[in-house]
Amino acid sequence: MTKSMTGARMVVQALKDQGVEVVFGYPGGAVLPIYDEIFQQNDIRHILVRHEQGAIHMAEGYARSTGKVGVALVTSGPGATNAVTGLVDALMDSIPIVVLTGQVPTFAIGTDAFQEADTVGITRPCTKMNWLVKDTAKLSETIHKAFHVARSGRPGPVLIDIPKDVQFADAEYVPVEKIKPIHYQPKVKGDIDQITRLVEMIETAERPVFYTGGGVINSGPAASQLLRELAEATGFPVTSTLMGLGAYPASGKNWLGMLGMHGLYEANLAMHGCDLMINIGARFDDRITGRIKDFSPHSRKAHIDIDASSINKVVRVDVPILGDVGHVLEDLLRIWKSRGRKVNKAGLATWWKQINEWRAVKCLTYNNSATIIKPQYALERLEALTKGMDRYITTEVGQHQMWAAQFLGFEGPNRWMTSGGLGTMGYGLPASIGVQIAHPDALVINVAGEASWLMNMQEMGTAMQFRAPVKQFILNNERLGMVRQWQELLHGERYSQSWSESLPDFVKLAEAFGCKGIKCSDPKDLDDAIMEMLRYDGPVIFDCLVEKHENCFPMIPSGKPHNEMLLGDADTQGVIEAKGAVLV
Amino acid sequence: MSPLNIKTGSTSHSAYDLRDPHAEVIEAHTLAVIVDNEAGVLARVIGLFSGRGYNIDSLTVAEVDHTGHLSRITIVTRGTPQVIAQIKAQLGRMVPVHDVHDLTEEGPSVQRELALFKVAGRGEHRIEALRLAEIFRAHVVDSTLESFVFEMTGTPEKIDSFAELMRPLGLREIARTGVAALSRGV
Repeated sequence: MTKSMTGARMVVQALKDQGVEVVFGYPGGAVLPIYDEIFQQNDIRHILVRHEQGAIHMAEGYARSTGKVGVALVTSGPGATNAVTGLVDALMDSIPIVVLTGQVPTFAIGTDAFQEADTVGITRPCTKMNWLVKDTAKLSETIHKAFHVARSGRPGPVLIDIPKDVQFADAEYVPVEKIKPIHYQPKVKGDIDQITRLVEMIETAERPVFYTGGGVINSGPAASQLLRELAEATGFPVTSTLMGLGAYPASGKNWLGMLGMHGLYEANLAMHGCDLMINIGARFDDRITGRIKDFSPHSRKAHIDIDASSINKVVRVDVPILGDVGHVLEDLLRIWKSRGRKVNKAGLATWWKQINEWRAVKCLTYNNSATIIKPQYALERLEALTKGMDRYITTEVGQHQMWAAQFLGFEGPNRWMTSGGLGTMGYGLPASIGVQIAHPDALVINVAGEASWLMNMQEMGTAMQFRAPVKQFILNNERLGMVRQWQELLHGERYSQSWSESLPDFVKLAEAFGCKGIKCSDPKDLDDAIMEMLRYDGPVIFDCLVEKHENCFPMIPSGKPHNEMLLGDADTQGVIEAKGAVLV
Repeated sequence: MSPLNIKTGSTSHSAYDLRDPHAEVIEAHTLAVIVDNEAGVLARVIGLFSGRGYNIDSLTVAEVDHTGHLSRITIVTRGTPQVIAQIKAQLGRMVPVHDVHDLTEEGPSVQRELALFKVAGRGEHRIEALRLAEIFRAHVVDSTLESFVFEMTGTPEKIDSFAELMRPLGLREIARTGVAALSRGV
């Protein structure tokens, strides 16, 4: 049975029908009718943010920690333009979110009306798909379609722009089951012939490696389970991109750690020296490959990806498999088992011997100090003191992010939320709130740098208002640490604008927000301070004053291959040529 | 210059050097893209080309299935085989795109373009223009005592050569539709 209702009511009804429980948003003139409907119901909870960028990152944190679609609601003009950074962030990292924007009434579009912006024009390259709905009769169907698009295939952000008169007008509501068939149905099953070719390679490979990415996590918990089964059964080593951490457990015996620019020595050398690389849901990002020409020169490569445009984009592969990671791994395991579970045992034994020699280098070793907190030490202690807890980690962007990826261990998927592709400073705090809203009883920590954290610190107000007890663990080096590191290595130690002058007193700032502030600068006090943070029932801003000039290693300098990695400060003299300096 | 507009050589060791150095051969391909006839679809397709640094030599678009709300975009583009493959994959994954056909790769195809030429002149030039138009099977669709407008349908190359011949005879303006193309046979 269909019924007539206003566009605004339709929005709320469609969200309910899509199973939405939380909306992150900020009201304004062009979305007032929708806010009026939100006021008159209790099924959907609205989280009032302090800035629209925060709303999008919260929706992202919510989506990544639950596997559901995140939803944000903002007004026209500046509301929509403030959302742009979050949209691109979600696009780069394949995060399913639906963003609803208000728009000036249809008759005012194009007149430079108050708070008018060409939202669909601005966000077209920032979204997987967007729509301007000019007719209330099409609104409910568009919303249902938007959810389908956001979560299907390679997930991503979608946006629906709704003019104010469309929100006021009446039309028939079209429920999910009554909408026209949607032609966008990406293929999830992989080609069996290609999968069989990969199985043949798995049976004979001497030096194989699984190179896994965010696609494993996006495919759902079953895909992570299948990856674990496959890795255990074959005995192949597993490394992962920043986005894929947790798909294979950090405590697993085949785990090599993260790979890439600040990846582990053993992971990068395994990638460089392998004879069979099995890319599962990763995309050969430039942070991973280094110099393309010398990237894993002696390997045959297979690539499992749901996005055809990711295959053969940067690196040519021998076995392309287009499909969903979960479905493909299921078929792969079935075929491999039915052919007798063969692997090259002798080859693998030699390979593991080699990998263990690389592991023995202990590339994460750092010079600890009895007087100054080293950032690595701070994260080691955080890891030790929170191990086994129901823990979610978000990060900002920079050195602290890389150290968090190196020093924290993730045992399951959806536990690690970080801005990978876009590298958005200011992501972590709002993302941590989004995670906490989805998991009210869990421990949610944002590992931050002081500079990134300041970019969206207004969201502490949101954390307070909605009692989200997020822990802001700020590694404060009073520097833009990664920028400073690059200036040291590439720009003759001329530290142009890379220090944080006039920082706030974070403890007083916490008090001003009404939450708890903790400051720690002595390694001897660190454990107690962390425990105080963990025990406090409410948001905490933890100002951890760390070594100011610590560099993040290992590091593959720009334009270098995997086997030319820097392990410490002693390796850095004159290593980056002028050519490398032009790269990011 | 590479499609990314980065000087050749400056990125030979670059992580951004995405093109295969061995595949420098540039090919022209004609793509037929079937899309939902919705607002913004063309902008989305064009934005893909400009945003990712691909070339557009010619582009035509019109609705071809009114009941199914489908439009056909015909794009002539140039690039290395890897770039062409990437363009097709990028188009194929777009939500409003139903189908991408590479008419250059899928076998022989018919390619036609319509053009209008305004040629002004008197005396010998005028007679010569008319004679050449007959040879090229161009129709006169407008005439004054001092000018003609010719209409011609043909391959882009034929239109190019007619334009070359008209230039010394008083060619003033050309309007071209861009290429429409279909595969031969069923």
